[in-house]
Amino acid sequence: MKKFDKERVLLAVAGPVIALAVAFVLSAIVLIASGKSPVEPFALMFEQLSFSDIQVLIINQASMYYIAALAVAIGFRMNLFNIGVDGQYQLGAMMAAIVGAHMNLPAALQIPLLLLTAVLTGAFWSGIAGVLKVTRGVSEVVATIMLNAIATSVIAYLWLPDVFGVKVGNNNTTGEMYESGWIPGIPMGAAGEIYGLVLLAVLLGIGYWVVLNRTRFGFDLRASGASQTAAAASGVDPKRMVLSAMLISGGIAGLAGLPILLGDTHTYSLNFPTGIGFLGIGIALLGRNSPVGIAFAALLWAWLDKASPELDFHGYDKEIAVIMQGLIVLSVVVSYEAVREWGLRRQQRRVGAELAAGHVLGAQNTKEVAGR
Amino acid sequence: MRRISRITVAGAATASLALALSACGGTSTSAGSSDSKGDKGLAIAYDVGGKGDQSFNDAAYAGLEQAKKEFGYQTADVEPTEGETDADKEQRLASLAKQGYNPVIGVGYAYAAAIKGASEKFPDTTFGIVDDATINSKNVADLVFSEEQASYLAGVAAAKSTKSNVVGFVGGVDIPLIHKFQAGFEQGVKDTNPKVKVLSQYLTQTAEEGGFSSPDKGKTAAEGQIEKKADVVYAAAGLSGQGVIEAAAANKVWAIGVDSDQYQQEALAKYKDSILTSAMKDVAKAVYNLAKSVEDGKPETGIVRGDLKTGEVSLSNSNPKFADDAELQEAIKTAKEKIISGEIKVKSS
Repeated sequence: MKKFDKERVLLAVAGPVIALAVAFVLSAIVLIASGKSPVEPFALMFEQLSFSDIQVLIINQASMYYIAALAVAIGFRMNLFNIGVDGQYQLGAMMAAIVGAHMNLPAALQIPLLLLTAVLTGAFWSGIAGVLKVTRGVSEVVATIMLNAIATSVIAYLWLPDVFGVKVGNNNTTGEMYESGWIPGIPMGAAGEIYGLVLLAVLLGIGYWVVLNRTRFGFDLRASGASQTAAAASGVDPKRMVLSAMLISGGIAGLAGLPILLGDTHTYSLNFPTGIGFLGIGIALLGRNSPVGIAFAALLWAWLDKASPELDFHGYDKEIAVIMQGLIVLSVVVSYEAVREWGLRRQQRRVGAELAAGHVLGAQNTKEVAGR
Repeated sequence: MRRISRITVAGAATASLALALSACGGTSTSAGSSDSKGDKGLAIAYDVGGKGDQSFNDAAYAGLEQAKKEFGYQTADVEPTEGETDADKEQRLASLAKQGYNPVIGVGYAYAAAIKGASEKFPDTTFGIVDDATINSKNVADLVFSEEQASYLAGVAAAKSTKSNVVGFVGGVDIPLIHKFQAGFEQGVKDTNPKVKVLSQYLTQTAEEGGFSSPDKGKTAAEGQIEKKADVVYAAAGLSGQGVIEAAAANKVWAIGVDSDQYQQEALAKYKDSILTSAMKDVAKAVYNLAKSVEDGKPETGIVRGDLKTGEVSLSNSNPKFADDAELQEAIKTAKEKIISGEIKVKSS
């Protein structure tokens, strides 16, 4: 018996590697076209990777990207496109910040309370889209986009001074959270601190893998994603699956802002990072919805983000990194499709060859190699 | 053995994450020579919108240009990235300080937390922050403005110029900073002529939605107010204000500009006859003054407020129709004197 399915690994790795290579080459062409060195920017960005403070920044940022991307990925596995992660995490973080600023329990209770608040808020917000989909057939894409816009307004409302807002200078905040809700970071000396909730991201990744691959629910979810009719025929209630997938996706999304909230800012202000939910879509795509793939994708994204500002000081535009992120997403879509077809053809050829040789179909391992 | 291979992969991933956790190498701001002597000049870090917004950030850049020309030193200006965190901002400021720039100015209140962190790391560098007065540190100058005072005068001008007794206020984003413009404007209008009605509107709830950068949104809002009989519209909306001015020009009503003297801006030359005046906020001067104080060896520190008295906020006089209107000018002059003497207290929210 093979320990490692080489075919499977090859196909899984080929997509992202090709996409990255293409993206690097295309960015280099962009640089040459604008009359700049195609090598130095990358050299500078790799150099940044050797600085410990940049490493800390990358890991911290990646933890938020990772959680957001997991939230998107769980929807993807079920053929649901949760574009609303952006609104869900912002609202989740804000509610956690508000609870944290008004409740003061011992840390052992406070932190679970804050996590729960964020999860429930995110789940509630995505649940609206879920309920609309199962009861009225409203596309979750449209519903979640709209909910993003509504979330922004809800946040602005909660920021009003007579609601939960506290004005600090010219900034809107939700007031400082009680210290029992702060999660101490892992000190890295002069390099800063790694958010304590980076560990939560890792745990979520493990949990994601276990639930999807080792539970009945995960199987139903993947089955519904692969073919809803087939899943329904085998006794899976599609509506229940849609709703629970949306709720879980939103619940995870609610946590995406917490690493920085509990680890650094301790308040939800106008400075709170936005757009993580949208980036999560690209990261989930690049990571092929696999917990390991997403981890690498999140780190890659964070590296591009954190290493690129240095380019400004050397006469390059840091937007090169943004161009590159865009190119990666584009090439990912193309290369995954190409690799999938290539894999299918290989599989068909092998099956054909075996049939021709008179083998019984199924005696060899012919499982679907190009899983999503 | 699918099971084992999967577990191996998961294990490898955890291990690689754990490896990544043990950060190695020096920090980027301590690498190389660590003495951060101020051998270079002024550096500014822009707020969202960056260079080219025809307003706030560009004003800071104008101050930088002036300092560069006068003191003949090296300057730097860097743009932010979207969705960045306080830690990224601090990194940017620290990097500038490390390279020897002095002073280092964060343009916009969003830099508050970052300035605090960076100023602790580089106690010998002078930092400045525009539009924030919450940082209390020996080497930080808080460059703030009494925008409500200039807006009050804009309100006086609007109340004196309106014929329909309806005037409009268009704010870019619904945030405390812009509330100051609204509050001052409304008070100025009411104090001058209580019968005048003020229509107030904000374009968006957050800056991400484009409240400061969407002329189309400004245009729609202004058109709505003009339809409701407003014949003077005041825009405190960054780039979106161009749309407000455009709508005012198209409907032959007055517009009041903001931050810079918009009558003189090339991009708005087509509409300048409709620009009554502008409530100016001289970010350029504040930036330049801080650079000068550092150059003179007596760096500014604490709250440095620009108001009508210091001349860093004011009403522009470049439209001859406005400048030559004696009655209007008299009313504005009286109001200005009263504000400076403290007889009129302008509300800021």
